Amino acid sequence: MDRYKLRIIKDRIMKILVYSALFIALIPLFSVLYEVILRGIFVINIDFFTKPTPSIGETGGGIANAIQGTIITIGLASLMGVPIGLMSGIFLSEYSEAKLSLIIRFFNDVLSGIPSIIIGVFSYALIVRSIGFSVIASAFALSIIMIPLITRSTEEALKLVPMSIREAAIALGIPKWKTIITIVLSSAKKAIITGILLSLARIAGESAPVLVTMGYWRWWFAGLFKPVANLALNIFVFATSPFESWIALAWGSALVLILFILGINIAVRFFTRGEYYGAKA
Amino acid sequence: MAPKLEIENLNAWFGLKQVLKNISMKIEDKSVTAIIGPSGCGKTTFIRCLNRMHELVPGARVSGKVLFNGINIYENGIDPVLIRRKIGMVFQKPNPFPMMSIYDNVAIGLRLNGIREKKIIDKIVRRSLELANLWDEVKDDLNKSGASLSGGQQQRLCIARALAIEPEVLLMDEPCSSLDPISTAKIEALIRKLAENYTIIIVTHNMQQAARVSDFTAFLYLGELIEYGPTKQIFENPKNELTRRYITGKFG
Amino acid sequence: MKTHQKLFIFLHNSSIKLHLKKPITSDDVFKFITSLFALSIFLILGLMVYELIKESYLSIQTFGLKFLIGIKWDPAISQVFGALPLILGTLTTSAIALFIGVPISLGVSLALSEYMPKNFEFVFSFLIELLAAVPSVIYGLWGIFILIPFLRDNIYPFLQAIFGFIPLFSGPIYGGGVLTGGVVLAIMIIPIISAILRDLFSIVPISQKEAIIALGATKWETVKTVISYTRSGIIGAIILGLGRAIGETMAITMVIGNKFQFLPSSLFDAWYTMAAIIANELLEATYDLYISALINVGLVLLFISLAVNILARLIVWRTLKLVKGIVRE
Repeated sequence: MDRYKLRIIKDRIMKILVYSALFIALIPLFSVLYEVILRGIFVINIDFFTKPTPSIGETGGGIANAIQGTIITIGLASLMGVPIGLMSGIFLSEYSEAKLSLIIRFFNDVLSGIPSIIIGVFSYALIVRSIGFSVIASAFALSIIMIPLITRSTEEALKLVPMSIREAAIALGIPKWKTIITIVLSSAKKAIITGILLSLARIAGESAPVLVTMGYWRWWFAGLFKPVANLALNIFVFATSPFESWIALAWGSALVLILFILGINIAVRFFTRGEYYGAKA
Repeated sequence: MAPKLEIENLNAWFGLKQVLKNISMKIEDKSVTAIIGPSGCGKTTFIRCLNRMHELVPGARVSGKVLFNGINIYENGIDPVLIRRKIGMVFQKPNPFPMMSIYDNVAIGLRLNGIREKKIIDKIVRRSLELANLWDEVKDDLNKSGASLSGGQQQRLCIARALAIEPEVLLMDEPCSSLDPISTAKIEALIRKLAENYTIIIVTHNMQQAARVSDFTAFLYLGELIEYGPTKQIFENPKNELTRRYITGKFG
Repeated sequence: MKTHQKLFIFLHNSSIKLHLKKPITSDDVFKFITSLFALSIFLILGLMVYELIKESYLSIQTFGLKFLIGIKWDPAISQVFGALPLILGTLTTSAIALFIGVPISLGVSLALSEYMPKNFEFVFSFLIELLAAVPSVIYGLWGIFILIPFLRDNIYPFLQAIFGFIPLFSGPIYGGGVLTGGVVLAIMIIPIISAILRDLFSIVPISQKEAIIALGATKWETVKTVISYTRSGIIGAIILGLGRAIGETMAITMVIGNKFQFLPSSLFDAWYTMAAIIANELLEATYDLYISALINVGLVLLFISLAVNILARLIVWRTLKLVKGIVRE
């Protein structure tokens, strides 16, 4: 076989391998979606959305309290994390000189790479040790996960606003900070909101930090200084239990959680198509 | 008549590179002054020194005086934000705020300066758009996005936006260079009309435009003011040899 | 100029404020406030290290550095704790994840950046990003009820049949364990490695590729030049994937078996990782030394994770700068 034919064969083989890799990588995604939908859909009924989780061995019940608890927890986390992330992103984009912003951005990326269980342990050490297992401790941990994500996506969103817009605003005799808050920010509104929504989707799925700051909670919301039910954590507790009814609830919860997270991801991608780039979570 | 703007020994740098050398001139009130010169001669830098926008670039520096109504705008303690309310600017490429309507574009300057009453804002928006010769074309569509207008209309919108906060001086940086001839003509007519009430300084690389539109002309070359005088004199009888060569198209 | 004219001008211009020294502007205040928020990153990181050291102190005092080589974990009777098996378990499952995941990520990123036509690429890169959006706990759920039975019934017996003579592949198969953990981790690190590789590949200037194509190179040969261009960056991407794998908690604890032992008997045996033991035992820990030992594990995990992450990012950054520098020439 001459040299040329060999190269062509090699080329074909590599092409097949490359596309195979793509195919193999996507199999788990489709399998997960398929199974979650198939197994989760049978659990869905009115009770599922209105009743709290049943005690050990009981059948029936639902995830209503988990939905309530998750909303409260990620809501509280956003209250803490979004302002910090926004302001940091604004600083990095609008005010920072090259060297300082390089350092901050670097450590921001480092923070985003820290395992979420460690962030949970941090909250455990700082907060749980003093006020006990609580929504506050959980929300704190989740907000720390959010902050580097929102900082990054806000900074990138602001960087996309063209200089000419800023100059036009400055030339009108508006102080720089006002131009940022009123004009630059609203120009980047879509991309910033995208970043925030994606980080919400991310923390809704976090269970490790919730586990070590709240643990399993079977009842409704009982105050910020107490734990609350959490959808992602429940999946863990139910899936690793020996009870059929609980395992079924795990699949149902997984379906709800996946729909929520994928829903946000798809909506956000659809929303920003062709315009500013969506933020990378 | 006291000069509206008096520039004394103005120097400007980008880092170590000096781009304006010792410029001195007096700008008359309610006149149109054209700044001409080949590319890179410092025209844009010059007018950006007049509303203190040059210094916003990192590493940029200014020395000398710019007297506005007798007060040096570079005096220690003067807030540049307030200067820019009195000395407005229109840019080379029209830059209306794309996410705002035509109405909001003109109103934004007012709102951010504390004016809230709708009646007053309505009045000023209408007056500014009329001054900019844009009112008739947009009066039925004020809620349309600012970016949905044609290039020439966008530029007139930017002029209206600048006029809304009632400046005394209007700086224009090659306002027509990205527009078609018809829009250009409309804006040139607009400039002549505005000169009745405002002091206008216009940078242009188009000498015919300078000749058509201005009362006074300043010729800049490599950062220096070569010649400054009444437009008629500059174009018909330039005193400086360099000016004459530029006017007659020998370079630039 | 007459006095009254000067006065007139002064009054006329009184809208322009005059101060004796440069005032603090509202802009300075806003800049200061936003900088405080930005610098909070350092506060958070510093506080994290501090708190973890503080809570580990009891364990550090009791065991010292022997903690890192200790192989006994006995909370009930002797109250002795050692983290070596956990460290080994973490590194082993991560190594398996890299072994499986890196080649696949390479293929994925090449497919998306070099082979696929643009209209399809958009859809498939979105799908790969969705892989990253699936929460860890759902991968765990799927791992328990779908992956484990599948591997146990179809793949592992096959592997054992062929490689059974190697101790690694002998022993009872229950479906979960070290290898399964590695597989799940591989799935989870593919999106992040692919994303970085794609960023790297996109920086390679078209002119370089065109030069090779003009010499009559096949597609694969062109791709090889892209890879060699970004070689060091690929190392960085791999290390970043490692960083992600070592910190993974829920999915791995749901499939690995959570068995504390110095070494597993085979790839099909259960084991434990640093992240998994914290998740499983922190809420059960009843006395101070136990809690402190667990947080000590967390401290070790934090340091390893920081070291790996910082190293990885430095490498990727350097490569990006290097490639961009060549482009400028």
